[in-house]
Amino acid sequence: MSTIDLWQSICDLDDLLPDCGVAALVGNRQVALFRVGASVHAIDNFDPHSGANVISRGIVGDIAGEPVVASPVYKDHFSLVTGRCLENIEHSVRPWPVRVHGNRVWIRKEPRKVARRRKLVVIGNGMAGMKVVEDLLARAPGIYDITVIGAEPHGNYNRVLLSPVLAGEKQFDDIVLHPLDWYLDKGVDLHIGDPVVNIDRIRRVVRARSGREHAYDRLLIATGSKPIILPIPGNDLEGVVTFRDLQDVNSMLAIAKSHRNAVVIGGGLLGLEAANGLARQGMTVTVVHLCDSLMERQLDRPAAQLLQESLERRGLTFRMAAKTAAIVGAERVTAVRLEDDVLLPADLVVMAVGIRPNIDLAQAAGLHCARGVLVDDTLQTFDPSIYAVGECVEHRNSTYGLVAPLFEQATVCAAHLAESGLGRYVGSIASTQLKVTGIDLFSAGDFLGGPLSEALVLRDPQRGVYKRLVIENNQVRGAVLYGDVKDGSWYVDLITKQRDISSVRDKLLFGATAAGVGG
Amino acid sequence: MTGTRTTCPYCGVGCGVIAGRSAKGAITIAGDADHPANFGRLCSKGSALGETLGESGRLLHPIVRGQRVDWNVALDTVAHGFADIVAKHGPDAVAFYASGQLLTEDYYVANKLMKGYIGSANIDTNSRLCMSSAVAAHKRAFGEDLVPVSYADLEVADLIVLVGSNAAWCHPVLFQRMLAAKAQRPQMKLVVIDPRRTATCEFADLHLPVKAGTDVWLFNGLLAWLHRSGFSDAAFVEQYTSGMAQALAVADATAGDTAAVARACGLDERQLVEFFALFARHERAITMFSQGVNQSSAGTDKANSIINCHLATARIGLPGMGPFSITGQPNAMGGREVGGMATMLASHMDLENAQHRRTVQQFWNSPAIANKPGLKAVDLFEAMHAGKVKAVWIMATNPVVSLPDADRVREALRRCDLVVVSDCIAATDTNALAHVLLPAAAWGEKEGTVTNSERRISRQRAFLPLPGEAKPDWWIVAQVAQRMGHREAFAYENAHSIFVEHAALSGEDAAGNRAFDISGLAEISGSEYESLPPLRWPVPARIARGDGGDSFSIAQRFYHPDGRARFIATAPELPVHRTSQEFPFALNTGRIRDQWHTMTRSGRSPRLTSHITEAYVDLHGDDAERLGLREGLLAQVTTRWGSAIVRVRCSGEMQPGSIFVPIHWSDQFCSHGRIGALVNPVVDPISGEPEFKHTPARVERFAAAWFGFALTRSSIDTSSLDWWTRSDGTDCVRTELAGQQSLPDVRAWAAHLLGSGEEQVDYRDDSKGVYRSAVISGNRLQSVLFIARNAELPDRGWLSSLFRKKVLSIADRDLLLLGASARPGADHGPVVCSCFGVARGAIVSAISKQSLQTPQDVGRVLRAGTNCGSCLSEIKQLLAAR
Repeated sequence: MSTIDLWQSICDLDDLLPDCGVAALVGNRQVALFRVGASVHAIDNFDPHSGANVISRGIVGDIAGEPVVASPVYKDHFSLVTGRCLENIEHSVRPWPVRVHGNRVWIRKEPRKVARRRKLVVIGNGMAGMKVVEDLLARAPGIYDITVIGAEPHGNYNRVLLSPVLAGEKQFDDIVLHPLDWYLDKGVDLHIGDPVVNIDRIRRVVRARSGREHAYDRLLIATGSKPIILPIPGNDLEGVVTFRDLQDVNSMLAIAKSHRNAVVIGGGLLGLEAANGLARQGMTVTVVHLCDSLMERQLDRPAAQLLQESLERRGLTFRMAAKTAAIVGAERVTAVRLEDDVLLPADLVVMAVGIRPNIDLAQAAGLHCARGVLVDDTLQTFDPSIYAVGECVEHRNSTYGLVAPLFEQATVCAAHLAESGLGRYVGSIASTQLKVTGIDLFSAGDFLGGPLSEALVLRDPQRGVYKRLVIENNQVRGAVLYGDVKDGSWYVDLITKQRDISSVRDKLLFGATAAGVGG
Repeated sequence: MTGTRTTCPYCGVGCGVIAGRSAKGAITIAGDADHPANFGRLCSKGSALGETLGESGRLLHPIVRGQRVDWNVALDTVAHGFADIVAKHGPDAVAFYASGQLLTEDYYVANKLMKGYIGSANIDTNSRLCMSSAVAAHKRAFGEDLVPVSYADLEVADLIVLVGSNAAWCHPVLFQRMLAAKAQRPQMKLVVIDPRRTATCEFADLHLPVKAGTDVWLFNGLLAWLHRSGFSDAAFVEQYTSGMAQALAVADATAGDTAAVARACGLDERQLVEFFALFARHERAITMFSQGVNQSSAGTDKANSIINCHLATARIGLPGMGPFSITGQPNAMGGREVGGMATMLASHMDLENAQHRRTVQQFWNSPAIANKPGLKAVDLFEAMHAGKVKAVWIMATNPVVSLPDADRVREALRRCDLVVVSDCIAATDTNALAHVLLPAAAWGEKEGTVTNSERRISRQRAFLPLPGEAKPDWWIVAQVAQRMGHREAFAYENAHSIFVEHAALSGEDAAGNRAFDISGLAEISGSEYESLPPLRWPVPARIARGDGGDSFSIAQRFYHPDGRARFIATAPELPVHRTSQEFPFALNTGRIRDQWHTMTRSGRSPRLTSHITEAYVDLHGDDAERLGLREGLLAQVTTRWGSAIVRVRCSGEMQPGSIFVPIHWSDQFCSHGRIGALVNPVVDPISGEPEFKHTPARVERFAAAWFGFALTRSSIDTSSLDWWTRSDGTDCVRTELAGQQSLPDVRAWAAHLLGSGEEQVDYRDDSKGVYRSAVISGNRLQSVLFIARNAELPDRGWLSSLFRKKVLSIADRDLLLLGASARPGADHGPVVCSCFGVARGAIVSAISKQSLQTPQDVGRVLRAGTNCGSCLSEIKQLLAAR
């Protein structure tokens, strides 16, 4: 059969009115044709819900960017791309491939398969993976049977808020995003405390530690990251912890109850939050930082200085430009030895020197990985059935450890899993806020700037306000805000969208309201 | 009424003021509803008089060569200094330079001392700069300096022609009276003849934007046209005038062709003929003229060319008609009456008239009498420069700011052996050159009389004690006179004793031959003087105590020996110095709405200062564009005589090729705004009045590396600044700044300029040259500084308002260095209505939000424009711009 026999010429493009359906006979089957924007779509004209050939008479629109037609009888919405019935997948119709050659519209004589319920398995019950699940349920309920497999024995909680839990400002219940009931309600099959140990891409199944297997049509890897453990003597002593999950927090809280001295290795975001939390729990805390400026990946020196002063006023001690040589102790840790042989007494050592994407499973499954699991702009891995989001992925040479980019990834990923085929993730502008009560700090983008960049700087030291915007070519490239962070998201928006700010330049540092563009 | 009835010390309208006290003891100022000049109205300046009182900035003690001394030493120094120089170099080696701010009594005593006891006529006055051309024209036309119109005439006129007068700003109360009359009788026509499209033009039926200095062509043209068209009144001309044929011949020869006149004046011929026809049609026509006519090298001819037209049509001497010179100063008229000018003797009598000299000398019983005119203002300072006049006593005026070629005036004073200045203010540009400073009583502290533009004599009364060692001017002069040996002749006890002597002199040998005769008041008692109501002269003895003004009809009686009025043949002359390639602009100078003279008093009122805060050069938008200028930048204005650096303004009032700079700013308020230094010292050959309205000038962009402003709680040290101008606000001092060198360490520089406080906040955008900082103490704003390379700086209104607050709110502080509240509101923009402190922002927003249509709507909602009305023209413009 030659190619030409596969396709049937239907009409000229000009015969189709924009946003109006028309029915065509392909073989002996009725097909509804729609011209929307630059595209022509075709789905069955038969509405399974009402049992009538009426789809071509429906009203065309879009739902969350997805072109749909509303059936004139019961008003079910059908995706013009996939034929899926948004209200009830059981009512879905078949999509027909369409081509436009020159001014001629062709339809393939065989339709695609009708949408059916498929299996989605999510490895990781964390914020990124669950954000995908949440978006997916909102966007296309019922197109998947969803299974979520989590290593931790809880429902999904807001990991970002572990710091306030450590500081005693919040309880675990306060930070739970999805309690176990939620999974039941939504029909999501949750398996906790039974981590996945293997992905079989040929059979399309994952196997958990317990040996249980879960088959998938689509797999989502959201395994997050692992804290880096310094390769130094004593790193496995009792009382040496990382700061990653609820269990870490509980260990720290337990030690804080009975012990006095804590050393936090790492003056980055996580280290400082841990240090603050432990100080709030009554411990005497020393922060050991390799660099001579705190949070050097997020802050410039003036802001770091303000931060350090503020934390010192809260009772923290800092060892700046100091390298840890060893952790000292027999079974329990008793001290931390620095390279200059200074001995810091320690009953608790928190290692907060960074995170590494958790790619063990993906690597073992033969997925292409670099620092993280490599994904494209749709968050698809090299295996088209497998998607990945969150701290475990590497996208366009970047990995992300902050929540906002993960959510952006999740939204795009959910759209593709929902088969709407919409949205591209093109990377995020990194932005940070420190979760230490009373310290408002925000950083985004290229906050240091290069030789061509210009800076706007506001200093109000007594009030503890410092703001710096980096400008290049009349666009905001980066921001450091200390003491007044309410416009952080506006700056991220300006950075992301590369807005020309010349008209509001003088007002920029005073916020969106002052610049008359919102608020 | 409670409080003290007195008279406003500003313009020549002479409004009645009632000074009272509030329950808290503060001085309150209100218009006197019974005063016939204003019937209760006051303008923005008058309303703000209360803010100009108080001891701060006052000269409170005598000072000789920098040392505070007691009065005895100071008076002896002056008396002996003058006596010595007179003894060595003759009486013409000394001079007095007085002021239209002096009261009649002060003036009388000074004039008497100089002309009768020192024996020179070297007493001239700043009135020379103001209306001496009108005086000269009156004398030429009427035989005496008299004004044949009253304010009430304006209200019954059918046509008012304003020539060279921005009455809306300079004589606001009188202008409001005209507008009120026009509102009642809409058929009343208002014509404005002015090169600038001033605020006054907003209300005009016709504006003729005449080319600067061409008024004589215009009025010669009118005279010729009226005669040609059969509108001259042959019977009146025949019976009461002389010289029409010659005047008409000159008018015909120079302005007989209407098209040529239009060309000469730069006018549209149809508009010109429309004006001619309006004048012809309305018998009740008043031509009111002011400095735009007077301040010219042809000022006297201009005034006479106007008077000629009124004589030719008999439009004089009846209600609602006549040529009307409106004076600038509160007592220019009083000075003229006592003869306090170098060209007069006393009491409207003439120096050249031997009979007059005898009359006066006998009356005074004086050892001498001046027998020739003294030196007029410009010549007087030139004589000082040349070393001919060696001692000068300056009273209540500031010639280093106000005279033309003012830098030369400064040098002239430096060359004098003795410079005495009596003033109420301590720091003025002129005081800086004085050897002797004498503390004079100020308005509210002194007693006496003033005469306004309609010949109305009103009392100024004291309602405040004399501060420090301040003394009335008459007392100071009398004390010096006594110490020069003239004890009896100057043994005055009070202002009343001087006034009655002056009144008596006015009737001496008058026999009905002098218009100025107030001998009817020569015998009033002290208490009658105290309660003297405002009245118009003449008050001859036979109608004692009556108000002679209303029955006074001069049309039937002029004061030349033949009793006739004279036409004066006026050959038009262009300004002496013409524009050239090097100096292509015609520089015009004048007043602004809310300031007075050199701002020594009005500059102290935050309300008045907020309307226009700094000197500016107004120019046409096309000229600005060609020169690379725009509003907000600075321009250097240069003439052959001097140079100034002021803010660029494009108000839309200017014609291409002409520029305007206000007269008020002195070295006390800015580094480079003293415009007197630029004005050519050319004078009218007859009146000696300088040509303030036309000096050829060049305009260039001032190449500032940065612009900025500082708001501080007290004045900053400006000594290191290239350019600055200061204005005192209610709660802060505003200093505008500019520099020619970039600021390498702007933070350190700012800290030095502003001083320190508990907290320093700053903002910088180095690549745009933006630096802003603030000093805060106790959460109270102490100072702010804004610097930008491109002069794009926020409105100062909101920031200024923060100084009023005891503590800064978080929201204020957030936006502090933005310099603007998130929603621009009532504080935004310059103050338009000074009476109620309503800013432009508030008016603009009310107009748009509440769909206001008329100035009355705006007044109803915001009160703006409902008091003095001098801002109505601006409100009209804002409505039109909506």
